Amino acid sequence: MLHSSEAHGLLLVFSGCWRAQCTLPARDELLRQLPQPFQGELRFDSADLRGWDSRFVNWLLKLIPPLEKRGIVVRYEGLPPGVRGLLQLATEVPERAGARRGATRRGLLATVGEQIYRLLDGGKALLEFIGELLQALFRMLIGRARMRASDLFLFVQQNGIDALPIVALIAVLVGLILAFIGALQLQMFGAQIYVANLVGIAMAREMGAMMAAIIMAGRTGAAFAAQLGTMQVNEEIDAFRTLGVDPLEFLVLPRMLALTLMMPLLCIYADLLGIMGGMLVGITLFEISPSLYLQQTLAAVSLADFGVGVVKSLVFGVLIAVAGCMQGIRCGRSASAVGEATTSAVVMAIVAIIVADAIMTLIANALGV
Amino acid sequence: MTQPSAKIEVRALTMAYGDFVIQRDLNFRIEQGDIFIIMGGSGCGKSTLLRHLVGLKSPAKGEVLFDGASFWEAEEPRQRAMQQRMGVLYQSGALWSSMTLAENIALPLGEYTQLARAEIDELVSLKLALVGLAGFEAYYPSEISGGMRKRAGLARAMALDPEVLFFDEPSAGLDPVSARLLDELILQLRDSLGATVVVVTHELASMFAIGNNSIFLDPESKTQIAGGDPARLLRESRDPRVIRFLTRGERTEWESRSDG
Repeated sequence: MLHSSEAHGLLLVFSGCWRAQCTLPARDELLRQLPQPFQGELRFDSADLRGWDSRFVNWLLKLIPPLEKRGIVVRYEGLPPGVRGLLQLATEVPERAGARRGATRRGLLATVGEQIYRLLDGGKALLEFIGELLQALFRMLIGRARMRASDLFLFVQQNGIDALPIVALIAVLVGLILAFIGALQLQMFGAQIYVANLVGIAMAREMGAMMAAIIMAGRTGAAFAAQLGTMQVNEEIDAFRTLGVDPLEFLVLPRMLALTLMMPLLCIYADLLGIMGGMLVGITLFEISPSLYLQQTLAAVSLADFGVGVVKSLVFGVLIAVAGCMQGIRCGRSASAVGEATTSAVVMAIVAIIVADAIMTLIANALGV
Repeated sequence: MTQPSAKIEVRALTMAYGDFVIQRDLNFRIEQGDIFIIMGGSGCGKSTLLRHLVGLKSPAKGEVLFDGASFWEAEEPRQRAMQQRMGVLYQSGALWSSMTLAENIALPLGEYTQLARAEIDELVSLKLALVGLAGFEAYYPSEISGGMRKRAGLARAMALDPEVLFFDEPSAGLDPVSARLLDELILQLRDSLGATVVVVTHELASMFAIGNNSIFLDPESKTQIAGGDPARLLRESRDPRVIRFLTRGERTEWESRSDG
C-alpha cells in the first residue's frame, strides 16, 4: 500500500492481500505521514487489491472518522462496491443512546452488600415457595389439587426402584469401611465382636439415612432442578400458569410426595445392606461367625434406632425435593441458568441435610431416644 | 462434467432417520451468489435438509458437494475447514447464553484466526454494527429481545466472513417490519460479501423478495417436486401442491393471468 500526493488531495492506493491471514499496515503510521495542515480530498484506488474481508472494512472504518474530523473530504468511489456497501451498512444504524456499557468494577463493600441482599432475597423466595407449597399440600389433602396419579407412580419408580443399585453399592461400601476401621481399633482390646454394635447402630441411626439422602440429592434433586428449569426455559411452566393450573400442584407435589415416600424405604434398604457389608468384613477378616455377628447386631440395635433413621430420612426427602423443585421453578431462561439452578439445588440440599441431621441428632439425644 | 462446479451441489440425496425416510432423490445446485430458498410444508424435512448441507447429519445415500468436493467423503480436518467457510443462523439465534454478545462473536475469531485481541474486539464491533447492534457488546443474550438475538446470531454467523450463509427460518418470530429489514440485510450482505445464501423459510413475502432459486419439498411423495426462481414458480407452475403453497391455499389450479 502506498499513497501519493496530488494537486487537490491524496490518493490512497491499496494493493495485495487484506485478509485475516495477512499483515496489515499500521493506521497510526499512515496518519502521521499525512502532510500536516492538510485539506482537500482523499481518494482511493483499489485496482490492485487482490483480496479483502471484514478486516479491510474495519481498517477503513477506523481510518476515516479521524480524517473527516480534520475536514478532509473522503471520496469512496475507488473502493470495491462490496466494501462501500459494508461501510454504509456499518454506519447506517447509529448506536442506540445509553446502550453501551463498559465492564463495571464494584468495590468490596458494594459486592458484600449485594451478596447480602441476594441472600435475603433467597430467604424470602424460600419462605414464599414453602408457603405456596403448603397451600398446595392443603388443597391436596382436601382432595382438590390437580395432580396426576400416573406422574406420582412414574416418580415413585424413578426415585425409588431405579435408585436401588446405586444406594446398594454405596451402603455396602460404607458398611465395609465402618466395620474395617472399627474392628481394627476394637481388636486391640480383643473386643472385635462389638463391631456389630458399631456398624448396626451407626447405619441405623445415621449413615443409612445420610448416605441415601446424599445420593438422592445428587441424583434426584439435581434431576428435579434440571427438569423444572428446562421447563421454565421452554415456557412450559408459564403455559401451566395461564391455563390456571398451579405448577406447584401439578409438578412439585408429585415429585415431593414420591421422594418423601421413597426416602424411608431407601433408608431401611441402605441400613440393611450396610449391616451386611459390615458382616462381610467381620466374617472374612476378623473371623466372627455369621450367627454370632447377627445375634450381636440384633441385641445391639433396637427398633427405636431404625425409627430415628427413618424419621431423619423422611425429613431429608422433603428437604431434597424442596431444594430441587424451588431452584427449578425459580430458574432463569437460559442454558447457563439451568446449570446454576442444578448446582444450587444440590448444594442447598446437601447443606440442609447436614444441618438438619445435626439438629435432629441433638433432639434425639435430648429425648433419650 | 461439463458444467463448472457449483458452490453447493446435492446429488441423489436420501435423508432418513433410521429406517424412516424423510426425503429421497434430491438433486439440485446452488450457484455462487444465489439466494436459495428451501421451501415446503411443515414436516417435509426442510430443516433436516439444512442439517445435511451444513454437515450436522450424514446422508443415508447420495452426496453433498461443496465447491465440487464431497463433504462426507472428506477427511475430518477437511470437513472442519469446509465448515469454517459456512455460517449458520439457527432458528432462535442459538447464542451461547453464558457469554456476552461480544464473546459469542469473538469465539470463532479467536479459535480460527491469529489476530490480536484488540483487532478481534474491533471486528466484533464491526459485525455488530453491520447488523445494527452497535454498542451491545457487553449484553448477554437473555437481556435482549428475540429480534435482536436473531441479528446477533447473524453477526456470529458472519464472524469468519463465510462464503455460504445458511438461515433457518430467519423471519420466524419477527414482526413484519423487522422481517423485511432482515430480508434487506440479507440482500445487502449477499451483495457486499459476495456470499451465497441458503434460506429455509415458509414466509412467502420473504421468499419472493429475496430468492432467486429454490427447491420445493413435498412431504407426501417424499421428494422434490419443483424448483427455480420462486416468482417464476408462482407464475408458471402447474402443480396444484406448489400453487396451493405459494398462494396460501387460495388457489389450487394454474390460471393464466393477463396482467402485463
